[in-house]
Amino acid sequence: MAMNAAKLVLKTGECFHGLSPVWVNNPIGGEIVFNTSMVGYVEALTDPSYAGQILTFTYPLIGNYGVPTGDAWQSKKIQARGMVVSELADFHAHPDAKYSLYEWCEQQGLPIITGVDTRAVTKVLRHQGVVAGAITPADQPFTNFPNINDTNLVADVSITAPLEYGSGDKTVILVDCGMKTSILKCLQQYPIKIKRVPYNYDFTSEPYDGVLISNGPGDPQMCTETIKILQAALTNAKPMFGICLGSQLMALAIGAQTYKLGFGHRAQNHPCMDLTSGRCYLTSQNHGYSIKEDTLPNEWKVWFKHLNDDTVQGIRHQTLPHFAVQFHPEAMPGPVDTQWIFDKFYQTL
Amino acid sequence: MNTLALKKVLLLGSGGLRIGQAGEFDYSGSQAIKALKEENIEVVLVNPNIATVQTDPNMADKVYLQPLNSDIVTNIIEKEQPDAILLGFGGQTALNLGLKLADLGVLAKHNVKVLGTSTKSIKLAEDRALFKQELQTIEIKTPVSVCVDTVEDALTAAKEIGFPVMVRSGFTLGGMGSGIIHNPQDLRKLAQATLSGAPHILVEEYLCGWSEFEYEIIRDVDGNTLTICNMENMDPMGIHTGESIVVAPSQSLTNEQYHFLRKISLDVANHFGIIGECNIQFAFNLNTGDYRVIEINPRLSRSSALASKATGYPLAFVATKLALGYRLHEIKNSITQKTCAFFEPALDYIVVKIPRWDTHKLRAAERFIGTEMKSVGEVMAIGRTFPEALQKAVGMLNIGANDLTDYPYPIDNPTNEIAHATDRRLFALYNFFKNGGSTEEAHTLSKINLWFLHHVHSIAMLAKQLNEQTLDQNLLLAAKRLGCTDKSIAKITQQTEADIRQLRLQHGITPYIKQIDTLAGEFDAQTNYLYLTYHGCEHDLAPSSQPAVIVLGSGPYSIGSSVEFDWCGVNTSRTLRRLGEQSIIINSNPETVSTDYDESDRLYFEQLSFERVQDIADFENLKGIIVSVGGQVANNLALPLHEAGYPILGTAAQSINQAENRQLFSSLLNKLHIDQPAWSTADSIDNAQEFAAQVGYPVLIRPSFVLSGAAMNIVFNDTEMQQYLEEASLVSPDHPVVISKFIQNAKELQIDGVADHGNVIVEAISEHIENAGVHSGDATIVMPPQRLYLETIRNTKKIMRKIVKALNITGPFNIQFLAKDNKVRVIECNLRASRSFPFASKVANHNFIAVSTEIMLDRYKPAAYETLELDYVGVKSPQFSYNRLKGANPVAHVEMASTGEVACLGDNLLQAFYHSWQATEKFIDRKKIFLSIGGDKKSTLLNYIKKLAELDWEIFTTGGTHDFLAVNGVASLHVFKASKNIEPSVASIVAQRKVDLIINIPNKNRNYNHQQTSDGYLIRRLAIDHNIPLITNLQSALLTLQCLTELDPNDLAIKSWQEFIGENA
Repeated sequence: MAMNAAKLVLKTGECFHGLSPVWVNNPIGGEIVFNTSMVGYVEALTDPSYAGQILTFTYPLIGNYGVPTGDAWQSKKIQARGMVVSELADFHAHPDAKYSLYEWCEQQGLPIITGVDTRAVTKVLRHQGVVAGAITPADQPFTNFPNINDTNLVADVSITAPLEYGSGDKTVILVDCGMKTSILKCLQQYPIKIKRVPYNYDFTSEPYDGVLISNGPGDPQMCTETIKILQAALTNAKPMFGICLGSQLMALAIGAQTYKLGFGHRAQNHPCMDLTSGRCYLTSQNHGYSIKEDTLPNEWKVWFKHLNDDTVQGIRHQTLPHFAVQFHPEAMPGPVDTQWIFDKFYQTL
Repeated sequence: MNTLALKKVLLLGSGGLRIGQAGEFDYSGSQAIKALKEENIEVVLVNPNIATVQTDPNMADKVYLQPLNSDIVTNIIEKEQPDAILLGFGGQTALNLGLKLADLGVLAKHNVKVLGTSTKSIKLAEDRALFKQELQTIEIKTPVSVCVDTVEDALTAAKEIGFPVMVRSGFTLGGMGSGIIHNPQDLRKLAQATLSGAPHILVEEYLCGWSEFEYEIIRDVDGNTLTICNMENMDPMGIHTGESIVVAPSQSLTNEQYHFLRKISLDVANHFGIIGECNIQFAFNLNTGDYRVIEINPRLSRSSALASKATGYPLAFVATKLALGYRLHEIKNSITQKTCAFFEPALDYIVVKIPRWDTHKLRAAERFIGTEMKSVGEVMAIGRTFPEALQKAVGMLNIGANDLTDYPYPIDNPTNEIAHATDRRLFALYNFFKNGGSTEEAHTLSKINLWFLHHVHSIAMLAKQLNEQTLDQNLLLAAKRLGCTDKSIAKITQQTEADIRQLRLQHGITPYIKQIDTLAGEFDAQTNYLYLTYHGCEHDLAPSSQPAVIVLGSGPYSIGSSVEFDWCGVNTSRTLRRLGEQSIIINSNPETVSTDYDESDRLYFEQLSFERVQDIADFENLKGIIVSVGGQVANNLALPLHEAGYPILGTAAQSINQAENRQLFSSLLNKLHIDQPAWSTADSIDNAQEFAAQVGYPVLIRPSFVLSGAAMNIVFNDTEMQQYLEEASLVSPDHPVVISKFIQNAKELQIDGVADHGNVIVEAISEHIENAGVHSGDATIVMPPQRLYLETIRNTKKIMRKIVKALNITGPFNIQFLAKDNKVRVIECNLRASRSFPFASKVANHNFIAVSTEIMLDRYKPAAYETLELDYVGVKSPQFSYNRLKGANPVAHVEMASTGEVACLGDNLLQAFYHSWQATEKFIDRKKIFLSIGGDKKSTLLNYIKKLAELDWEIFTTGGTHDFLAVNGVASLHVFKASKNIEPSVASIVAQRKVDLIINIPNKNRNYNHQQTSDGYLIRRLAIDHNIPLITNLQSALLTLQCLTELDPNDLAIKSWQEFIGENA
């Protein structure tokens, strides 16, 4: 692997030295975030929720099992804007792997920096929150730090025209705000018709039996079009289920508020409690924004709560089949312990 | 919360350390006690392992240093009336004993509730046939297998499945009685041996080449379930997980596969209703995605100890709370203090475990490793790449290799050792790659995943580069990042270790200190659990604000260095903290209490090497280093550290050297007019024989360890001397041997003590039951001495005072003596805490380590100590693991072979001795004994044998012993020696378990050749293989017979340590 000296610079002034492959010629800026997962780098990099973000892996050996094709990919390409690792595995021996991580990144043109003390980066982000930053060749200065959350990132990663899958008596509208394919796969387990629609597609006048709003990148308040559509949809009693960004959009649609977390939740080991049963679940999370609990309307209750920082991890309507979770029941990456929520959704249809 | 409102809980320990069940259960038991004490529950502990931390006075409320058998524990239950019992913290021993107590109805009768996983679930999980049935009901796959209880059925089953097959037995620890079997003949042999000790065996499909993974699971009463850690074995299926190099987390599984196996883990734990901890092992085929669940352990295990240290998640502590009824989210994450115990740790490092084997020390024991556990300990290394962690781990093993590049012994046929795994396969791989072998070839031979091989290969390639290129900054950094030590780099580049260190510091190449915080840095955690890496750019913390004391730990458990040194380290650290000092522990052994992060102010999970200790000492705000409590490895660092300018606390390094260096110490003794056995060095056989002629045979020969790790031996004449020294070319001008006069029929004594600037502060004298010729680590030790002349005691103490004064000792010491005909000679002197420090401390009820630490820190307040006039007796017995080592000759001799020890207190010598002997897993149920006694030793035992006959013992004997007894009027049942092939033979009465005790005393204390064919060897091996108590030493035989004839088993006092001590006060 031919490498050049490179650096990761943060808007707040910190600078970490490392190496970039020779094909990384130009500086690339984005929001620097970190993820503590030990497996699932393929799923993470292809997750549209990472649009605009430079993803730092705290686990120091990334690429060990190479890059498989198929189910692991959460979209058709790498969505993160850049990647920061301690060591980029140049070797893998997994029979399912088609490429090495290095080859894949090169094919996809993903700017990467390796040899970085990712724990040191993480500590900076943990203390001062996620910040804008850039991967740049060592000798190039970088000052033009972007603020990705000023733009509607969802528009960049959603689809442009509806798509239909499966058949059945019931129809579910799947609002694609930057959907991970595993959400679609989880739905496809059921004998239903799925209509996957763009983030700004108004489905309210169509016949349907339930709505699922997907995950997606950025600040939910940027998705004003989607929020409006959801407000209309919520006037009826048809089931609605939001995941991640989808849950924040539902919250905004019912008049609650969202806010940006300091450094977000990006991991596979986040503990949540189902307040209705007292049971605890380990969840996969990837979000930088959260729902403000005290702004929820009366008829809505907190469903799941984060055991570490008490943030809202799920909300539900007291009487109607409207509910949402902040975490990822579809997993990929992460634990599959909350996949039963899809069953629950299906049963309400 | 403690919803069960328990007041008193009985905790079962695991007994003496042995292969398959080592110090990890001191860690789990100690954490359990801490968790119970936090709830104000009274803890009653039964564990005869006196060298453990858990049996310390400040741990459990009552400690029974008693055998872990159902009779005695029943007695304790009747006496203590506990509300509940914990079975999951003392290994397989505690689990089996608990099940037995439940089956006998003892627990129900006394209303003792079993905490945690129910006995019903334990049985389902432990019985392999039931286990498979259960998993079938939830559609989880286990290996195709047939459960049989006869040899013939085993053969039929194997035929159906097709050879090779895997044979396993249920209810055993460490996979005893299992193996890969290629043909009917071998199957017949193994089935016969195993079925004699187990109700049934399993013949299974053989999953050759499948990868092996483990998950550690915890589950609470509500069914909240987590996997705390997953691990991958570098060695694929076919090598016991205790024998495998293991990494955490797994490296080969994709996200989907990782979570697929995780989900099965949770489903299995839920199905069995686990409450607390459980471990699950998988075979996984990376090519097809197919899997099998191999087994689960419904208790804390060696793997869970490793997982706990690897992640920082206190599994045993949490498991205890869960057993008390807490839910996971109600328990705090004690590392972060902010988050709760319901989460799965995220690692931002990689952990590598390598087992430590001592097969070379146990003669005739095979080096091959496989489905049975043979390793005696393990090390764990933490790094940020696999090669870094792997090489660190190699250096931690203390087997003479600083890293992969400098294994000191030749490997003649690496290919063979790669294909047929031995204890040094890793080094064979390195050699193979160094000599041009490819990873593909190595993969074909070993089935080891190419990913691992690739990294071993990269280390071999780097070593080549070091050899061929100039050592510039980049190459040096690359070598350090791959985990190479300064010493090895120096060797390859023909410089000194100091040169490399200096070069490194010049280039600013130093390791960085990182915290283990369970959450990969996601939350701010004030953790003191640390490791060093070259993959970093900043330290996670600043040097200790207050000058700190570094305590060097023991490193891996091995024969000769066991849990006792962990006890010493823990007690040193605890004393330091009590004195308000900052304590820093360095240790590399995951099976320890000292590596619990709450036992010190800072814990460096690191190598105990000169280089690494310097790295840490340079970084920290250092007050001094304590080298005298971690055994020999730590002690060996005294001189180099002192010479490099680091402050050593306690006795000066020069004095330590004076005691360690044979020549210097011998001159000192001469100067002090203290007797020692005559000795000399010899660099040829002629020289050696010349010396023997001077002093007379027998002589004791100590070869240089460097050459082959060959064992010490006693030889009785020129022929034997020649044979022995020629056997492995043990002597040469480069490698002289040390020869000393061996004094026969002498008594051995020892003194453990603590001194202050040459004045003895406290000392304890103890005597060996066995005469000289048995290594002190294998001897049965009595304290206070019961059969010594006062004059001998007086002389011994005089000598001790002279030596202590002359060496100006400050801190712990141990001196060993020979006594014969009122003459006392010194054999050796160690200026460090010895193996018997915990024994001496607990028998005398004076913590020698606390005294020593106070003295070293100049904080000692004078006090009086009584160690001789006690109202009770303590007896320490060795625990052997011969049953784990096929072919090993089970006779104690000059080279230490025991893997652990136990000790019991009693009102008199016989009581203490008998309990202590029983506590090494010996149990006599029926009055049936087999005797085969060499030479004139028969007459020594005659009186007691007569008494046995009077007490209606059934006595079996072979030829000589039979005739001798007949002449002396004792009738015995004659059986033929195994070699005669005539029935009734020794072999058949042992195999059919017609006796409960075997006394076989070889004629001479001589066994340098393996004598694998001798009748004596066969008897001893049969005894071991069929799990029948065996005695091979005359003095212990004498005492045992005395116990059997004079003690009333119903009248043995079952008293706690506190009761014995209280009576004395």
